[in-house]
Amino acid sequence: MHFISPVLWQFLVNWLTHFALFPPEASSIAPHADALYFFLVAISLVGLVLVLALVAGFSFLYRKERNPEATQIEGSTLLEATWTIIPLALFMVAFVWGALLYFRIYNPPTNAMNIYVVGKQWMWKAEHPGGQHEINSLHIPLGRPVQLTMISQDVFHSFSIPAFRVKREVIPGRYTTVWFEATQEGTYHLFCTQYCGTLHSQMIGTITVMKPADYEAWTEGSTSGMSLAQNGERLYASLGCNACHSGSATARGPNLAEVYMTKVQMSNGSYSTVDDAFLRDSILNPTMHQMAGYAPIMPTYQGQISEEGLIDLVEYIKKLNSNYRIQQTLNTTQVQSSVQSPAPSTQGRAQQAAQTAPGMVKP
Amino acid sequence: MSTIVSLPDQTTATLPKRSYLNDGYGLKSWLLTGDHKRIAILYLISITFFFFIGGFFAGMVRLELLTPPTDLMAADTYNKMFTMHGIVMVFLFLVPSVPATIGNFVLPIMVGAKDLAFPKINLLSWYLYVVGGVMTLAALILGGVDTGWTFTTPLSTHYLNTHVVTAGLAVFVAGFSSIFTGLNFIVTVHRMRAPGMTWFRLPLFVWSHYAASVLMVLGTPVLAITLVLVVLERVIGIGVFDPAKGGDPLLFQHLFWFYSHPAVYIMILPGMGVISEVISTFSRKRVFGYTAVAFSSVAIAVFAFFVWAHHMFIMGISNYSALVFSLLTMLVAVPSAIKIFNWSFTLYKGSITFETPMLYAFGFMGLFTIGGLTGVFLGSMGMDIHLTETYFIVAHFHFVMVGGMLMAFLSGVHFWWPKMTGRMYPEGLSKLAALVTFIGFNLTFFPQFILGYLGMPRRYAAYPPEFQVLNVLSTAGATVLGVGYLLPMLYLTWSLKYGKIAGPNPWQATGLEWQIQSPPITSNFEETPVIDYEAYDYEWLANKTRHEVQTVG
Repeated sequence: MHFISPVLWQFLVNWLTHFALFPPEASSIAPHADALYFFLVAISLVGLVLVLALVAGFSFLYRKERNPEATQIEGSTLLEATWTIIPLALFMVAFVWGALLYFRIYNPPTNAMNIYVVGKQWMWKAEHPGGQHEINSLHIPLGRPVQLTMISQDVFHSFSIPAFRVKREVIPGRYTTVWFEATQEGTYHLFCTQYCGTLHSQMIGTITVMKPADYEAWTEGSTSGMSLAQNGERLYASLGCNACHSGSATARGPNLAEVYMTKVQMSNGSYSTVDDAFLRDSILNPTMHQMAGYAPIMPTYQGQISEEGLIDLVEYIKKLNSNYRIQQTLNTTQVQSSVQSPAPSTQGRAQQAAQTAPGMVKP
Repeated sequence: MSTIVSLPDQTTATLPKRSYLNDGYGLKSWLLTGDHKRIAILYLISITFFFFIGGFFAGMVRLELLTPPTDLMAADTYNKMFTMHGIVMVFLFLVPSVPATIGNFVLPIMVGAKDLAFPKINLLSWYLYVVGGVMTLAALILGGVDTGWTFTTPLSTHYLNTHVVTAGLAVFVAGFSSIFTGLNFIVTVHRMRAPGMTWFRLPLFVWSHYAASVLMVLGTPVLAITLVLVVLERVIGIGVFDPAKGGDPLLFQHLFWFYSHPAVYIMILPGMGVISEVISTFSRKRVFGYTAVAFSSVAIAVFAFFVWAHHMFIMGISNYSALVFSLLTMLVAVPSAIKIFNWSFTLYKGSITFETPMLYAFGFMGLFTIGGLTGVFLGSMGMDIHLTETYFIVAHFHFVMVGGMLMAFLSGVHFWWPKMTGRMYPEGLSKLAALVTFIGFNLTFFPQFILGYLGMPRRYAAYPPEFQVLNVLSTAGATVLGVGYLLPMLYLTWSLKYGKIAGPNPWQATGLEWQIQSPPITSNFEETPVIDYEAYDYEWLANKTRHEVQTVG
């Protein structure tokens, strides 16, 4: 910047930082979003200046005092083609560029760490895999891709971090994801941007970006003692999932060990990938994904497990790589129940467990 | 080819003895009228009433946002304010604004007909509008509604205790008034054109109303059904939008935007028609590339139905559908660009004067260009992620709807005011009003673009303190804008009695409506006109005027 005076330059920088026109660029996506924004602002300015120049220029040149006689002109195919094709071409650039940015924002890298977010009127609950729970705040490490798997417990919400230029609707009954990689330490706004009722404007929070070491310290300092997968394992046993999904060859339900992200065949012959949404749907609405080779006997768990509980279960199944512990648990409960006899009903056992398991909806 | 047109001598002009205004007296002659001109006046009065109601809510919203915390009113009250503002302005003002008032008044005259095809349906349309309006007021008086004008499920169906059903049914009823207006226009344009009035002799105002009518007739029923589903879901829990019952909450948004995106073209297309007339008249020149402008209206109407999911880019629709909808959104922007450039080139080699309608039309062109181009930001998928649901989108649609449509509406009201009432509005005061409106508008809404990029979410009763400066600017602008809207209300009322007599054709315009007396007689024409000249044929008008001068003199 040698060609303008340093004082002017400093003034300019000062003005730009104090009278902000842009939020901070705090993620790896932000510079890409801003680049597209500058392009769009540029073509808008050109378009606007052109229109203003035409209107002002012609108004001056052909005002009645100067040009008392109008000359009738039918039109000009050449001119009209020009102002059809040039805007179209510019809009196409905006389309392609926008599409590339969209895929960059919504396709997470494979090494992203996963955090779950549950939105409800009017708060954000974040659940880290290690069992850290936060409300209206989210701590994340610097320089590491983070993917959020989000769901709403009630109405539509929208998870927006302007400093990261990312946003995604949080929808009831369906997982949505968003990812980002923070590039600047600091705290940033978290907004709910989808109108969600009375305290919509209070459904805000802070994103705290920390150095990886600080993040580790924070993680260790704020764990609840049980990881999500451990919670999930408890739920798995107390809801009696293990009775059918035991992994043994004669089991009534499919083996769930290492099933995550594999392709499975459905009873109608098609194939589906077992992702988070697939697992969640299968628990709440088992007939939606009927796997080939199994009878449609699984009952629905709709209304029995909270969104947090579902996240625990999904996280558990995701990390499940052997059925050893399931079978251990099964054997223990069988031994216990035979010891405890005369035979308490399965129903009674589930209810007993319900009082202790955190992810279940209390009756 | 050149034409010299001079304004007629207004000092000798007199009000005609017989006109649609004195064809019958008393309230009954107005409330049971079949005359499209009287119905237009009824509409004009009622939409002005609702405009000021909606404007009051806008004022309250801006006043609350003067300071960061929720201090003027409770959060719930604020939510009701912006909801009522949206519902009243969109459904009770913008949708009927130009078509039901100006369109109703001049469209039949422009095609050379005595009335619309179905005068009684036209009157029914106004009554439905009034019923819808009264129901909205009822919902308001009973305690208001706070769904946002979008009625988003499951918030509206399961989580709110306000008068959603009343408001929903009000919009349902008002929707039919819009369907009937559209139906009437389509049939009139097809079946009632005067001899010699071919499709390509129609003024562009008629083309754009025709395109908007097609949207009204095809789009509005979808909104009606969607609102019925919301009401049924709320009242008896049918579960179409409820994930717990196997429904899909996103389905509501698809259905709602399937109407509500075309609806913005229902609102803007008639305004574009006004601009075509005004620019041509005050440049004394045929609209540059008539065919291109006519077909661009049709193109907008066709594309309008295939872009709705661009409201849902962040809602987890598939990548492929996002791509298709983004592409189509870019295509729908092109016809608007064509129109803007064609209007600009209409000025080229014209003989331009700057009366109030022309000033409003210039305002329209500038503000609509900004509104349209910022629409491209939002149509560009990746950019939309950051901008949607923020003040950027608020600024964008206010530039299109208020900067574009309201400017066009005011332009049209001033332009056809002499035809409607037989009297002129005060020129100096109205130029001032146009200027005040333009300045107030920019001050109100331009800061909101910046707020939006900074990330301030829409529909927030409270906001972080760093956004205050821009919000204060915006509220200050809204005050100026309010003055700009009150002025025409006052001086137009004044002009009804004290305005100068206009004479049949004060602007020396070529449209058929300007070749008859002002205000027109009930049947518009003494005898059915035969059209033997093109639209915007100023040569023809000059010859006709010369001929009349010769015969009289």
